[in-house]
Amino acid sequence: MNFLKWRERALESLFLICALTAIVGVLLVFIFVTIKGFPIFEKVGVLKFLFSLDWSPSDNKFGILTFIIGSFLVTAGALALGAPMAIMTAIFLSEIAPKRVQKLVRPAVELLAGIPSVVYGFFGILIIVPVVRTLFGGSGLGLLTGWIILAIMILPTIATISEDAIRAVPKSFREASFGMGATRWQTIWRVVLPAAKNGLIGATILGMGRAIGETMAVLMVLGNAPIIPKSLVGPVGALTSIIALNMSYASGDHQTALFGMGIVLFMISFFFVALIRLISRKRS
Amino acid sequence: MRSRIMDKIAMGILWANGFLTIAILAMIIGYVVVKGLPAMSLGFIFTSPHGIEQSGGIFPTIVASLYVTILTVIFTTPIAVGAAVYLSEYVKQGRLVTIIRFGADTLSGVPSIVLGLFGLALFVYILGFGWSMLSGALTLTLMALPILMRTTEDALKAVPNAWRQGSMGLGATKWQTIRRVILPAALPRILTCVVLAVGRVFGETAVLMFTVGMAINLPFFPNEPGRAMTTHLYLLATEGISMKTAYGTALLLMAIILLFNLSARKIFNKTQR
Repeated sequence: MNFLKWRERALESLFLICALTAIVGVLLVFIFVTIKGFPIFEKVGVLKFLFSLDWSPSDNKFGILTFIIGSFLVTAGALALGAPMAIMTAIFLSEIAPKRVQKLVRPAVELLAGIPSVVYGFFGILIIVPVVRTLFGGSGLGLLTGWIILAIMILPTIATISEDAIRAVPKSFREASFGMGATRWQTIWRVVLPAAKNGLIGATILGMGRAIGETMAVLMVLGNAPIIPKSLVGPVGALTSIIALNMSYASGDHQTALFGMGIVLFMISFFFVALIRLISRKRS
Repeated sequence: MRSRIMDKIAMGILWANGFLTIAILAMIIGYVVVKGLPAMSLGFIFTSPHGIEQSGGIFPTIVASLYVTILTVIFTTPIAVGAAVYLSEYVKQGRLVTIIRFGADTLSGVPSIVLGLFGLALFVYILGFGWSMLSGALTLTLMALPILMRTTEDALKAVPNAWRQGSMGLGATKWQTIRRVILPAALPRILTCVVLAVGRVFGETAVLMFTVGMAINLPFFPNEPGRAMTTHLYLLATEGISMKTAYGTALLLMAIILLFNLSARKIFNKTQR
């Protein structure tokens, strides 16, 4: 009997340790990226690192504001294109599409989520880049191409979570609206979407986090110049793509600066996760 | 009348948008298949690249990708299942659980490039594992863990409560209930989750570039470096070395991931009956 009790205790602790791995993991990531990156803050100063536009590693100038702006520009455009499409897809799946059509669209969305980002980048280089080049000029590698590719990539993330939020709206809401003579669209626009609002916002923030952290596809289609683009088709560098591109040859302070950019990315993604938490707590 | 017209327009747009998603998917897959098929052959799959043109096959990269993926699954699955058991069977609420969930969410939100930097700093440099299958798998474990934890927890929670009560009522201890009743009942769904996570791991690039390396090598021991299929595709596509090989690699990569996803769906559907 005693042995059984002891075993129960031991196993519970073992499972607890497994569960704690997630926290330990995230702490490890933060600690070791910080250890490697922190010296750059001391060397050039946090403010100068974050708010200087001057990036030229060969002259020991490490200002990353250009890439922070680049990352947010890329993300904002991708959201503006992708989020409405994704939410429309979610509405279509949960409110309108007959079962048969659902069975076609839902797997399509799931498969889009499964395509690796390097394949999206490859597809971008081969299809989107030439199209953008022909229609808008420039090299084709730049902001607009990044928006299009990222919009497609975040669509499944936002659509799946939005659909859950929309399905969670009670049926009685819709019935009441139809009962008062509202059309389908009026019901969706005035009743269903407002009721699902928080879920939709959460889904969009998650998509935003995805977009800002996306590396490979962005690396392949942005052009990665250390300048703020002056036009829609101008080349642009994002935090992620610059790290990936420079890491293969960087050394010394340059490498430390790349780890410093990693700390910034970690902070941004942490902020988004915390924000989603806050919103979902408000809902419940 | 106006609202009727509005309704018609809105429905039209929503339908068009629904089919647009299918069209995009069809375009991507169709393009990769049409361009990649001519490159496909047994030789392409089972021989090594050679020459500056990197003609020949991509066998070592397939092996490296599978190697890292399998190692990651071996590391991740026990931890994730243990964690899920804790969260679904032992402590369901409270401060600690909130912190654990927040930790898992944060971990899954970490951009893959940051994970790559971390793996490079800790496993490659500090612990001295070098660019290797082991460094890659350890880093990817952190990527796969939160995903697998969440999905496995859902799988465990799908086991009806009455089964737990039945087993406990017969005098079984908690562990006996978990091992004899809950885990067997949830096993097919857990398997689905694992296969889905495998699909994610297999398609990862940024982490692998920094932790496994880029050297083309047929890995045998876990301390050997290699080049994953995804890294290979990236290098071929951006350096314009050989587009034909790039198309072939993209097709094979997509096919393998599709295979994972379809088999996950198949396992899942079987359990639903």
